[in-house]
Amino acid sequence: MALPPYASPVERAWYYSFRVICALIFFFLIAPIFVIMPLSFNSEPYFTYPMPGYSLRWYDVIFGDSPQSILWQRAIKNSVIIGFSATLLATALGTVAALGLSRANFPFKGVVMAVLISPIVVPIVITAVGMYYFYAQIGLASTIPGIILAHTALGVPFVVITVTATLVGFNQNLIRAGSSLGAGPARVFFKVTLPLILPGVVSGALFAFATSWDEIVVVLFLASVEQHTIPRRMWSGIRELIDPTIAAAATLLIFLSILLMVTMEILRRRSERLRGIKA
Amino acid sequence: MTTIVPTADIVRTADGVPLKVKLRRAERMRKIRAVSLIAPLFLFLAVTFVMPIGIMLFRSVQNPEVSQILPRTAQAIQQWDGEGLPGEDVVAAFIADLRAAKEAKTHGKVAKRLNYDLSGFRSLTLQTARRLPPPETPPSELLDKLIEIDKRWGETRYWATIKKAAPPYTMFYLLAALDRNFDVKGNVIHAPPEVSIYIDVLERTFWMSFIVTAVCFLLGYPIAYLLATLPTKHSNLLMILVLLPFWTSLLVRTTAWVVLLQTQGVVNDAAVALGLWSERIQLIHNRTGVYVAMVHILLPFMVLPLYSVMKGISFTHMRAAASLGANPLRSFLKVYVPQTMPGIGAGILLVFIISLGYYITPALVGGPRDQMISYFIAFHTNTSVNWGMAAALSVVLLFCVMIFFGIYNRFVGIEKMKLG
Repeated sequence: MALPPYASPVERAWYYSFRVICALIFFFLIAPIFVIMPLSFNSEPYFTYPMPGYSLRWYDVIFGDSPQSILWQRAIKNSVIIGFSATLLATALGTVAALGLSRANFPFKGVVMAVLISPIVVPIVITAVGMYYFYAQIGLASTIPGIILAHTALGVPFVVITVTATLVGFNQNLIRAGSSLGAGPARVFFKVTLPLILPGVVSGALFAFATSWDEIVVVLFLASVEQHTIPRRMWSGIRELIDPTIAAAATLLIFLSILLMVTMEILRRRSERLRGIKA
Repeated sequence: MTTIVPTADIVRTADGVPLKVKLRRAERMRKIRAVSLIAPLFLFLAVTFVMPIGIMLFRSVQNPEVSQILPRTAQAIQQWDGEGLPGEDVVAAFIADLRAAKEAKTHGKVAKRLNYDLSGFRSLTLQTARRLPPPETPPSELLDKLIEIDKRWGETRYWATIKKAAPPYTMFYLLAALDRNFDVKGNVIHAPPEVSIYIDVLERTFWMSFIVTAVCFLLGYPIAYLLATLPTKHSNLLMILVLLPFWTSLLVRTTAWVVLLQTQGVVNDAAVALGLWSERIQLIHNRTGVYVAMVHILLPFMVLPLYSVMKGISFTHMRAAASLGANPLRSFLKVYVPQTMPGIGAGILLVFIISLGYYITPALVGGPRDQMISYFIAFHTNTSVNWGMAAALSVVLLFCVMIFFGIYNRFVGIEKMKLG
């Protein structure tokens, strides 16, 4: 809100001090992210400014071929495998379920919805301990499939929420039109429904991916060294020896977050435009 | 006015089936189709998520050790009234069970379980198991033999502990999670002070969540207001400053704070250079560090719901208030703030609920006295391997979270939980 011309001096003073306060809060939000990035190029193993020199040695620890690098590269590989598999599963299961939820009212709909959303409600430590206790008994602890199942469960609610939200504005008559023109249910889904709800599906998938990519607590309980992911490596990094390698890893992850954020923003705008909502 | 006179016969479709029946059939088909679409995910979550947690939580009332490993003792000791010392049948059963358990190498589990109730019981059981009297000893001498091994077997409370631990189901762990215990008579009493930590932990969890929520609100409200009132062009740009931290990995942000708050870190550098404090101070591995990092991580969860509510508030109301003579502060408090209540409620509840279950950030940034209840659940799972206690603390935490989530669902609606 711009300052009106009739504002009194007190209002003026307040207006500018309010902006300064807000600037400080924004600074608090963003500064840590921008402070840690340059430190990953430090030539010395410290976290202080001014930096004595610049080097890529910490990136070499991640991408080189030292014993440490092997651990980092395995972590990256695991994170990618787990992330993509969990996202695929969560998106497929979640989208189909959201279609069902939007179609009809049926008994215990509230209870069913509560169960589908529960993974983001239950505190993560309880989830991790429960899964550890159960998966260990059926031989899924310390396996990649075990972690994929766990991450799928954690990511699914986001897909259900975003796709359900997209389906609110969805005209069910389009499905009937497709069917009346002779398309089978699968054809109707891929040719009519999916293209229209795609922004919701993709943003749900991105949420599911971000959840898995960032997940640490379940991995702490379920994974042994072979299944360590990037967050798990960083956890060890912070607890054991803290050197700029974790700053390098953090910088790489921040670039990925920027990518995710921009994609999300583009999708949101596209979906608003498609549905005729002006930004 | 014309009235529709129902025709003599009921309405039928082309194939002669009454329309009502046909419609009901179509509706049922729709329901079946909807349910069959939801079923895969529902079953998936039931098996991978709900069942594991259910089984784990059930562990909080299970008490299998004594009843399974010392079955004859568990049965015989029920007849004993808890006064004096148990009869020779109980002692004989105990020695026979312990001998069997030692052969099966399960006596360590019983020793550990009994030690939860009465410390010292572990070494007592293990020592006794090593020096058991020979099987041919006459039953009447068995108790004396045990007392010979360790005179503690002559004390009532050790036998009473076995009796207390004998039933296959128990409230022991759940009571212990609230610093309570049973006495010999089965009354609930306050646990001895040296093991009473959990009420303290629960209070600390609530207190820390409260502080984090309050600070998030104080910082989040102004910037949400700014974002909602600026022209879209500018606010979109500033929104990135909220969304980037939101999308950045939790571990990256925690790492950043570990680096920044170190005694030799950037914050201390800057503060000393600016003269805010003269000596480098400890900012990490204490409560300050946890608050700073948690507020930073949870602030977007406060800003986003506030922003989406504020975005829909028209400024004409404020102008109306001003034209009626209210000063800016009064019109803000009386006209604007009440309209943002849905956003305030959603933001506060969301941040508070997430805080209650926090584990990673306090574990990395906090000291031993800054750990919340989640840390103790993890501790009893990984370090002390006391499943009963881990499960009981989980029940307590889940109960607290569910209460607040119930409120959230009632006022905000679970499906409205927008996260970005």
